[in-house]
Amino acid sequence: MKIFTHIGQYLLLMGKVFSRPERLRIFLKQVFKEIEIIGMNSLGIVAIVSVFMGAVLTLQVGINFVHPLIPNYLIGLTVRDTMILEFASTIICLILAGKAGSNIASEIGTMRITDQIDALEIMGVNSATHLILPKVIAALLFFPILTLISIILGVAGGIGVSLLTDVVTFYDYVDGLRLFFHPYYILYTMVKMLIYAFIITTVSSYHGYFTNGGALEVGKSSTKAVVYSIIAILVMDLVITQLMLT
Amino acid sequence: MIRIENIVKTFSGVKILHEVSAEFYAGKTNLIIGQSGSGKTVLLKCIVGLHHPDQGNVFYGDRNYSQANFNVKKEIRKEIGMVFQGSALFTSETIQDNVMFPLNMFGKQTKKEKQIRVDQCLERVGIDGTNLFFPGELSGGMQKRAAIARAIVLNPKYLFCDEPNSGLDPITSLKIDELISDITKEYNITSIINTHDMNSLMQIGENILFLNDGVKAWEGTNKEMFNSDSEVFNSFVFASEIAKILKQKQ
Ligand SMILES: Nc1ncnc2c1ncn2[C@@H]1O[C@H](COP(=O)(O)OP(=O)(O)O)[C@@H](O)[C@H]1O
Ligand SMILES: [Mg+2]
Repeated sequence: MKIFTHIGQYLLLMGKVFSRPERLRIFLKQVFKEIEIIGMNSLGIVAIVSVFMGAVLTLQVGINFVHPLIPNYLIGLTVRDTMILEFASTIICLILAGKAGSNIASEIGTMRITDQIDALEIMGVNSATHLILPKVIAALLFFPILTLISIILGVAGGIGVSLLTDVVTFYDYVDGLRLFFHPYYILYTMVKMLIYAFIITTVSSYHGYFTNGGALEVGKSSTKAVVYSIIAILVMDLVITQLMLT
Repeated sequence: MIRIENIVKTFSGVKILHEVSAEFYAGKTNLIIGQSGSGKTVLLKCIVGLHHPDQGNVFYGDRNYSQANFNVKKEIRKEIGMVFQGSALFTSETIQDNVMFPLNMFGKQTKKEKQIRVDQCLERVGIDGTNLFFPGELSGGMQKRAAIARAIVLNPKYLFCDEPNSGLDPITSLKIDELISDITKEYNITSIINTHDMNSLMQIGENILFLNDGVKAWEGTNKEMFNSDSEVFNSFVFASEIAKILKQKQ
């Protein structure tokens, strides 16, 4: 039953979030600030994870595809499609849920328990729009860029492996990268990324916004933000894949 | 002037405020006093609209805030300045940006005019020159002053302070009280201040509302309080030895 109360409260909050900001100039400034906080600051972790996963994936696929009937170019192709289809959106977002999600929830939660949100309301500012909308817009704008970067770096990690080991030759690997490319997969992963961006920012904001109590509760909100974002991401992964790929 | 009529507020079945009615006057420091947990903060939040009373009305002048539509409410909120118990400054912004925030949101001045107004307010509350500090870098008393500066930057008609003295030493407390009282007179503001501080009562208690477990148990001025025959009021106000001596002297 509690889940329905949460969903109702979440939807009410969303209704409050999506209204016209008070001052466009201030709003844009907030959006840029959030792009830096939730987007740019995640670049490092996304880059590291993508390069390593691309490299490891190449090794694993290479080791398992040793059969005379399996052409070697399948290695590059497999790595590329895995990166595009699942890694660069879903797995990256599971990581971002932990990084950006907990950050958002604890920031808004702290503002709640120190009355900063009430202070905004008293001034006549819609606190939900002012605090949450810039985060949502920033994530919608920047997360797709993270996806692209992740795909490129993942594939590059594979190239590194092809150059440094003899699991696969550079030519076979690059050959595979260029074969049977489906632009639709890019669309699919971008759609997922946009939906995840929305989930991470709104679910985390929701948990922060309705924090009640003290510092301990802020910690709890931040944990809940991560857990529920991840669950929602996995559920949506299933739904969108069913809708778009099968 | 602010008038409240029969305010009732319940939290999950527990009645916190019991039909509280009162008037708060312009140009006066109106005090809401009472023990910790007596409902002062809840009453203040009902008055400013952060809580919705279950029953009763709040009038700002002759405008009924409780029944007002969105636009009227928003207009009234722009006339309100509030200082929260913990200051509630935006911790990620400098003092200057904190005080300028309401101007940026609602003001129509040029950048230069805003800057002048911010400096004016900081000077008025006695912390000029702290523009580029972050709230965490200031003492509790200075944070309160900054919060007051932010609350008055748009020339409010109504000023609310929730325990402005909490966590401050007696001398700083007195200074903050004086500051609020002076500003109230200077700009003819209707100020409502929550406190449980005896010194504040004596110093600036021009119109006192005493809450006991959410019930209005006494009202009057700091001159009248020595003649009160309300037992709960006397036992609250004249709890300390020094206060008892004061009462005997009167
Ligand atoms: N949001 C809330 N939900 C439930 N109970 C509350 C809430 N806010 C205050 N209360 C209760 O109302 C009573 C009065 O609280 P409060 O107005 O904060 O007292 P104080 O006079 O110290 O400011 C307390 O018993 C408190 O537990
Ligand atoms: Mg209180």
